[in-house]
Amino acid sequence: MERLVIVGASLAGLRAAQAARAAGYAGQLVVVGDESHRPYTRPPLSKDLLKGEQSAEQCVLAHGPLEVQWRLGVAATGLDRDRRRVILADGAEIPYDRLIVATGARARRWPGAGAALPGVHTLRGLDDAQTLRAALRPGTRLVIVGAGFIGCEVAASARALGVEVVVVDIAAHPMLPLGPELGARCARLHAEHGVQLRCGVGIEALLGSERVHAVALTDGTELPADLVLLALGAVPNVEWLTSSGLELSPAVMCDATLTTTRDPDVLAAGDLAVWPHPLAGGEPVRVEHWTVAAEHGQLAGRNALREPAERTAHIAPPYFWSDQYETKVQAVGFPGRAEGLEILESSPDGDRLVAVGARDGRLVAVVAFNAAKRVAWYRRQLAGAPALDDVRALVLADDSALGAPVGVGR
Amino acid sequence: MKVHVDMNLCQSHGECVLVAPDVFELGDDDVLVWKEDVPEERRAEMEEAVNVCPMMAISLEG
Repeated sequence: MERLVIVGASLAGLRAAQAARAAGYAGQLVVVGDESHRPYTRPPLSKDLLKGEQSAEQCVLAHGPLEVQWRLGVAATGLDRDRRRVILADGAEIPYDRLIVATGARARRWPGAGAALPGVHTLRGLDDAQTLRAALRPGTRLVIVGAGFIGCEVAASARALGVEVVVVDIAAHPMLPLGPELGARCARLHAEHGVQLRCGVGIEALLGSERVHAVALTDGTELPADLVLLALGAVPNVEWLTSSGLELSPAVMCDATLTTTRDPDVLAAGDLAVWPHPLAGGEPVRVEHWTVAAEHGQLAGRNALREPAERTAHIAPPYFWSDQYETKVQAVGFPGRAEGLEILESSPDGDRLVAVGARDGRLVAVVAFNAAKRVAWYRRQLAGAPALDDVRALVLADDSALGAPVGVGR
Repeated sequence: MKVHVDMNLCQSHGECVLVAPDVFELGDDDVLVWKEDVPEERRAEMEEAVNVCPMMAISLEG
């Protein structure tokens, strides 16, 4: 192989480039990115950058010397697999021998009335974050639609800036994958910090003429708003692959080694990759979290240099986190696949806890609040998908466990 | 080789602990402790620890 092309210049793309070079690849290496920014890290965009505690420059992903031909500020618009070329928006065509697609995802837009009004924001990229940051001032009335990771984190950051915050979500509690009990704790956290939560209600329309001035809810309420953040999740950026012949369902279908199902010379990494995961019983999963993008990038960079039979699988349980106020939420595995989450450990005051989730008796997820050391312990356990009863026994015998939840005997 | 961790950036995600548990460890207070001197033959492993840190808190010297 003499020409490795990576489309997508965010975390997964950068890590893929680094991994290929670290593995000794000496050929041509091109990285294409639609943003003009050098690869940057996204977690601060809803937190420290928004609060003004971290600059845009500090979000740039540091890396050592890396021989890469960067094609930044130009999107890929097509993939011609017969001719082995990536087609760019400026008309250029980039030939490849092996290709890694890592174009990530974008914020989901709301299709209803008023979504295009000035004052209505989404948050995905650095430019979005800087625009939103400039608009957040003490006393500003911000309505956040969606109480997932981005919605909850922006709510916490905005409160720190003195912004008046209402969060609306159609679900019964925030942070849906964490289940009702932990979701209720998140709700309490936001209420304690002055956020008005409106759960179980949908959005009818965004109102305004010159700019947004209110959000109409499905229960007839109108929430006055100077700013609206639509935090409705993300959709994978796969439109440029529509006529490529790759299997899209709707994201890029891969095998366990991140090799696309229809072309061994094309691999995928990060938010747009769908691959079978052992902890999900071998079912295909797609995960939109930092650590998975980093791991995918690294693995795809290595695997792209190998022949298909020599490629290795991505098997690590997905890890993700969220910082809201002083609480660090960490999760490993697939909370959404668990039959329920049960608090297994808790500090006496309940501020620190670990909850576990099982499916068919086997551990598939761990969620913790303010318990980083315990999470590291559980991550090692989770890799082997142990029986939940065995995990219970191990926790009981473990001196560094936080203790039984209040009201539960040991 | 010296391993540095910027404790103003570290948020105890424990990614480095998974890579090299004998070099990085979380204490009972969830604060990271680590060995500063690591032999040169473990450079690739330490570079992996640098790359998996979500906070970009780890750097290598020498």
